[in-house]
Amino acid sequence: MSAPTPVELDQPETEDLTLLERPWVTIVWNDPVNLMSYVTYVFQSYFGYSRKKAEKLMLEVHHDGKSVVASGSREEMERDVQAMHEYGLWATMEKSG
Amino acid sequence: MSEGFQRRRGGGAVATFTGFEADLLRSLASQLVELLRNEVAAPHPGDDPLEQMLDFSGPTTEPEDPVLARLFPNAYPDDEEAAGEFRRYTESALRDSKARAAVEVIETLEEAGLPVELAEDGLVVDVELDAEAAGTWLRSFTDVRLALATRLGVEDEDEDYWAALPDEDPRAHVFDIYQWVGYLQETLVAAVMR
Repeated sequence: MSAPTPVELDQPETEDLTLLERPWVTIVWNDPVNLMSYVTYVFQSYFGYSRKKAEKLMLEVHHDGKSVVASGSREEMERDVQAMHEYGLWATMEKSG
Repeated sequence: MSEGFQRRRGGGAVATFTGFEADLLRSLASQLVELLRNEVAAPHPGDDPLEQMLDFSGPTTEPEDPVLARLFPNAYPDDEEAAGEFRRYTESALRDSKARAAVEVIETLEEAGLPVELAEDGLVVDVELDAEAAGTWLRSFTDVRLALATRLGVEDEDEDYWAALPDEDPRAHVFDIYQWVGYLQETLVAAVMR
């Protein structure tokens, strides 16, 4: 017979936890048509981001060709991608990491 | 020539169009509605009519028309099955909301005095949009611009190519319209931006 040995569990890293809770991302891609101002407007209106954050994401799309604009559950990201398509932005989703 | 949209007291935007401009906007919005409603959403080619009637699901494959393919992009570029499922559940609703937005643009223009048949010279159409309607117009301008750009084959930084087209090239005229709608959209964003 043996008594259960107390095991010290490692506290999960906060970053890992965030990753587990937000396993999917919504990506907006650059396109030659959408206006920079309109893309900023969409990020502000739909996601409720500040002007500054919306502009930063818009510039990422413009310069890097794409930007991760949201993360969350698969269902949440499907909702966001559908909304981006409603606004006419070119959006896709994938598993993060 | 319209100066585009201006900020409206209490939110939203106002603009004044000539009859010709309002008529052109209506025609662009109508073509969009026609495209969204006419091409069959579920491409099950020419099958059994009974089977078609009993098929309540949306389409699962990318639309053949390049404009529709741009308006309804693949949500999962690397996963055909998931992309098909996403499309089945979203494309019909998206088509509907885009068509409704374009219809709202047409109705607003007509309520503002645009007659069914434009005849009179010197007609002026004053449009007043509250914040919500401004959002609808912005989305519809985007759809119209995506449609025109896809038909033309517009790419990044190709302004010189379009500027060099001779006037008799019909694409030059379409490109002018594309840029004009872009100008209107730019002024509308500026009018409603927080």
